[in-house]
Amino acid sequence: MSTTAELLKQASDLFPDEVVTSAHVRHFDLPFGAGRFALITLDNGLDHTKPTTFGPASLANLDAAIDQVEKEAADGDIVGVGITGKPFIFAVGADLKGVELLKEHEHALAIGKGGHEVFKRLAKLAVPTFTYYNGAAMGGGVEVGLHCTYRTVSKAIPAFSLPEVFLGLVPGWGGCTLLPNLIGADKAVSVIIENSLNQNKQLKGQQVFDLGIADAIFEGADFLEQSLLWTAQVLKGDVTVERPVIDRGEAWDQAVAKGRFIADGKVHGAAPAAYRALDIIAAARNEDLQQGFDAEDQALADLIMGGELRAGIYAFNLVQKRGKRPAGAPDKNLARPVTKVGVVGAGLMASQLALLFLRRLEVPVVLTDIDQERVDKGVGYVHAEIDKLLGKGRINQDKANRLKALVTGVLDKAEGFADADFVIEAVFEEIGVKQQVFAEVEAVAPAHAILATNTSSLSVTEMASKLKHPERVVGFHFFNPVAVLPLLEIVRGEKTDDASLATAFAVAKKLKKTAVLVKDAPAFVVNRILTRFMGEIQNVIDEGTPVEVAEKAVEPLGLPMSPLVLLELVGPAIGLHVSETLHGAFPDRFTVSPNLKAVVEAGKRGFYVYDSGKPELDPEVAALLKQGDTVLTEEQVRARVLDAVAQEIGLMLDEGVVAEAQDIDLCLITGAGWPFHLGGITPYLDREGVSERVNGKKFLAPGVASVPA
Amino acid sequence: MPRTVRDVVFVDGVRTPFGKAGPKGIYHETRADDLVVKAIRELLRRNPGLDPKKIDEVAIAATTQIGDQGLTLGRTAGILAGLPQSVPGYSIDRMCAGALTAVTTTAGSIAFGAYDAVIAGGVEHMGRHPMGEGVDPNPRFVSEKLVDESALFMGMTAENLHDRYPQITKLRADEYAVRSQEKAAKAYANGKIQQDLVPISVRRTNPEGGETGWGLVTADEPMRPGTTLENLQSLKTPFRVHGRVTAGNAAGLNDGATASIIASEDFARENNLPVKMRLVSYAFAGVEPEVMGYGPIPATEKALAKAGLSISDIGLFEINEAFAVQVLAFLDHYGIADDDERVNQYGGAIAFGHPLASSGVRLMTQLARQFEEQPHVRYGLTTMCVGFGMGATVIWENPHFEGDK
Repeated sequence: MSTTAELLKQASDLFPDEVVTSAHVRHFDLPFGAGRFALITLDNGLDHTKPTTFGPASLANLDAAIDQVEKEAADGDIVGVGITGKPFIFAVGADLKGVELLKEHEHALAIGKGGHEVFKRLAKLAVPTFTYYNGAAMGGGVEVGLHCTYRTVSKAIPAFSLPEVFLGLVPGWGGCTLLPNLIGADKAVSVIIENSLNQNKQLKGQQVFDLGIADAIFEGADFLEQSLLWTAQVLKGDVTVERPVIDRGEAWDQAVAKGRFIADGKVHGAAPAAYRALDIIAAARNEDLQQGFDAEDQALADLIMGGELRAGIYAFNLVQKRGKRPAGAPDKNLARPVTKVGVVGAGLMASQLALLFLRRLEVPVVLTDIDQERVDKGVGYVHAEIDKLLGKGRINQDKANRLKALVTGVLDKAEGFADADFVIEAVFEEIGVKQQVFAEVEAVAPAHAILATNTSSLSVTEMASKLKHPERVVGFHFFNPVAVLPLLEIVRGEKTDDASLATAFAVAKKLKKTAVLVKDAPAFVVNRILTRFMGEIQNVIDEGTPVEVAEKAVEPLGLPMSPLVLLELVGPAIGLHVSETLHGAFPDRFTVSPNLKAVVEAGKRGFYVYDSGKPELDPEVAALLKQGDTVLTEEQVRARVLDAVAQEIGLMLDEGVVAEAQDIDLCLITGAGWPFHLGGITPYLDREGVSERVNGKKFLAPGVASVPA
Repeated sequence: MPRTVRDVVFVDGVRTPFGKAGPKGIYHETRADDLVVKAIRELLRRNPGLDPKKIDEVAIAATTQIGDQGLTLGRTAGILAGLPQSVPGYSIDRMCAGALTAVTTTAGSIAFGAYDAVIAGGVEHMGRHPMGEGVDPNPRFVSEKLVDESALFMGMTAENLHDRYPQITKLRADEYAVRSQEKAAKAYANGKIQQDLVPISVRRTNPEGGETGWGLVTADEPMRPGTTLENLQSLKTPFRVHGRVTAGNAAGLNDGATASIIASEDFARENNLPVKMRLVSYAFAGVEPEVMGYGPIPATEKALAKAGLSISDIGLFEINEAFAVQVLAFLDHYGIADDDERVNQYGGAIAFGHPLASSGVRLMTQLARQFEEQPHVRYGLTTMCVGFGMGATVIWENPHFEGDK
C-alpha cells in the first residue's frame, strides 16, 4: 500500500459513516480519431439531492482510479484522462461530517495531505488531464479540477465556489495556491475571499469561464459531448488553449491587500480563515506549488483544530438543517390553508409585511388602517415596490399585474377580513391598542383565522387574553429589514393551540423565513439578548468609560457593526422603548440608560456624524452625555458584556424561552447577523470560558461546536 | 391569392448512433428526448446559416408517444434544444415511417408556402418503449376479421411475405443480410457513415453492461461486421417453427434519433444552406396489414406515377431493411438483382438497426451522401414498409446531377 493509501485508510477508519463517492473509469475512442480516452466519473450513487462529496474513502477511490489511468497513460494506452460528475453535480468538496469528527491535529493534517497527494497525481500523469465541470462544484470539487491541465464548464452550472473561508477553512487541496497561479491573485481573491465572505456567493458557469478558471464553456444540453469533442481537438492540436499572462508584480500585493481590507470589513480580524488564505495566496506568487500545498496543509490542520471552524460548521448546520426543521414545531399536517391575508395597519412595517406575504404566498392581501389616506399610502408603497422589482427584471409584467391585483386596502375590517385565514397586526406597540385591534378583528374574521402579532416585546398571552378564542393568537416577530433578515420568532401564547402554531410555521416556510419557536417571554430572544448586550455597553459608558473604549471592547468578536452603530440602525427611541419594557420585566438586570434617554429626548437619531467619512461622536451627543468616573479597560468592558450575555442566555434557557442553546444561536445568526465564527454566540462563550465563569457550565457539549473530547 | 408550388429540398440530416434496446444497450440510461434534442443541436451547429428564429416548425416522430417520447415531442424537443420559444412544434406517428412522414408533411407545407424551413426527424427508444407498449387494439379487428391476428407482430408479417413469394427463400434472405453487414462495414471503413453521426454521452451505472460512468458513443452498436452465412443459418426462427425470419435477416430492436432540415429551395439558396436533395414526389399506400412488407411496392408505384418517372429512372435506392424478405419482394417486383449496386450502397437497417420512427431520415441522409458522390445519378428513392400494412416512398432528385455525359 502506498503512503497515501495508508493515510486515507487510517482517515476512513475514523469516519465510518462516510457517504462514499466512487470514481468510475470508462474508456472510449474520442471523435476525430484523437485516440483512446479514459473518463473518470465521480458518483456517490445517489440522486442530485445528495451531492457527491470527498471523504477519505472517496479520495481512496479516486486514488485507485488514478492508479489505473496512470499505468495506462505510461503504457501509451490512452491519450488523455478526464473527470466529470453525475448528472447535475460535479462534486461539492470535503465531507464536513468527517471534519467534525477529527480530534487530533495529526489527523487533521492527514486530511489535507490526503487530498493533496491524490489530486497532485493528476498533474503528473503522462497524458493531459481534463476536468468537465458539468454541475455544482464547490471546495474540493473545484480544486480537483485545478490540478488538471484543462477545464471546461457547463453554462448551466448554478453553483461554483470555494466556500471554505465562509465556513472557517482555507481552500486547502490546492485552491489557495493553484487558483491565483491560474487566474491571477486579484480574481483569486474575489473567488476565495470576497465571494466567501459575501454570504458564500456562488458563481455561475459563464462567470467561471470569464474568470479564466475554465478554458471552454458549453451549453448544458450537450455539455459532455462538446467537452469531449473539444478535448479531441486539443489533443490533436487543432485547438490551442491560450491563457492570459498573470501579473506577478505589484498587482499581486494589491490583490492581497484588497483581500485583507475585505476581510477586515467583514470579520474585523476576529476569524482567522480569510487571513490564513491570504497568506498562502500572497506566497503563491513565487510559483512554488509544493510550498503552497504544505502551507495549505498546515492552515487546514490549524483551522480544523480551532474553535472558529467548529463554530462555523455548527452555525452552517443550524441554518441549513435546524433552520429548516424548527425544533418544537407541531405536526405540519395540522396546518390550515392560508388563502387570504389581512394586515392591520398600513404603516411602513405593515406595508413591508403585506409585500412579503404577497410575493411569497401569492394570495389576496388586504391592508386596513384608520383613514383612507394611510390605506392608500400603504397600498401605494406595495405597488411601488412591485414596480421596482419589475424594473430590475426580478418579475415580469404578468407577475407584476397579478401581484398588484392581489393587494387592496379598505377601511372597513368587516369587508376586508370576512374571508381572511390569517390576519397580522403591526400597529403601535401598546398593549391596550393591540387588544382593541384583535377584538375588532375577531368580531369580523372567520372562526378559523389565525390572529398574528408582530409585537417585539409585548406579551402575546396578554394580547389574546380578552378574546373569545385566544387559542388562535400567535406571535410572528419579524426583524428589520424584513426582506433581508431571515429570522422569524414564532411565539406560542399560553393558550395557542397546535393547529394555529402549525399554520404559523407553514406560513413561515412559505415566506422562506427561518422560524424559531419561542416562549411568550419579554422581548423573546434576539431583542432580549441585544438589549442586555447594549445595556451593559451603555452602563459602562454611563459609569465613565469613554465611548470609543466601550465600542472597541467588543471589536474582537467581529460583529457586523459596533453597538452604537447598531443602536443607530434600530433607532435610539425603539432601543429605549425595549430597554424600558425589559427593565419593567427584569429590573435587576436591565437598566434604562439616562444618557440614552437624553439622546432620545434631544431628538437625535444616532450617536455619530459621518462628515469626515468615518463615524465620529456627534458633538451634540457628547455634550448630552453625563458620565461617572469609573473608567474600565477594553478587556474589563468585554468581560462585563460577555458575562451579562452568558448570564442572560443561561436564564433564558432555564426559563424555557427556547428549546436549546442552538435556537439562541440560530436566532442571533439569522436575526442579528452575528457571525458564523462565533457560532451565534454560545460556542464563543464556551470557548472563551465565559459560560463556565458565569453559569458554572458550558452551553454545548464538547464536539457540538468545538473539537470533540 | 395566386399560389405557386415551391421546390422543397433536403438541406442536411444527422442521426445519433443507433443502439441495441435493452438493459445492456448503450442508451439504456439515456432519455429518448435527449437523443433527438442532441441531434437537433448538431444539425444547427452544422448549419450556422440557418437562423433558428427562421425555423417554422419542428416535426418529430415517435411511435410510442408516452413518457419521454410524449408531451408533444416536437415542441418540447425544440425548447430543450434551445430553439427560440417562437418556434412551434408537433409530434408525428406513422410507426416506422414516422420521420419520413415528418419530412413529407412539412415538405407539403413548404411547397404550399406555409413554411420556409423546418426541422423534421424522429426518435424511438425501443428499450424504454418496447413495441406495443400500452396498445389497446379494438376487438373488432379480430371479431370482424378486419385483419389477421399476425398483423400486429411484424416478424409474423415477414413470414407471411415469404409465403406469398415462395421464390424468396431463407437462403436468399440470409445472403442479403450478409451483404448488408459487409456493405455497412465497408461504408464505415470509408468514413461514409460517421460524418453524419452525432456523438452522444451515455451513462452506465450497472456494471453488467460494461465499464460504469460516463462514456461517449460514436458508432452504431448493432453492427455485426464479419457476419457469415453460416452464422446466420444457425439462428432460430422465433416467429414460426421452421420459419425463415431470424434476428440475422431482420433489423433488431433499437434506440436512436434522427433530424433533418427541410426547406424551400429558394430559402436554402438565400441563406447559403446546402441543397443535398430536391424532393420530386412522395406517396403512401396501404396493403393488407398481415403482409405489411409489401407496402413499398404500391407506394413506389404511386410516387413514380406522380413524378412521371419509371423505375428505370431511379439510379439509387435506400430501402429500409426491416426484413430482408421485404427488400427482396421489392427487388423481385421491379426485376432488380438482389445484389444490384444501386441498392443500399452503405448497407441498411439489418446492420445499423431500425429505431422505428427515426429511420426515414437515416435513409435520406445516406441517399444524400450517395448523390454527392455520384453526380451521374439524377433520381433516387427512399422507401420503407410501415406497420399495419403500409408503404412509404419519397423520390428525390440529385442537385449535383451533371447531366447525361
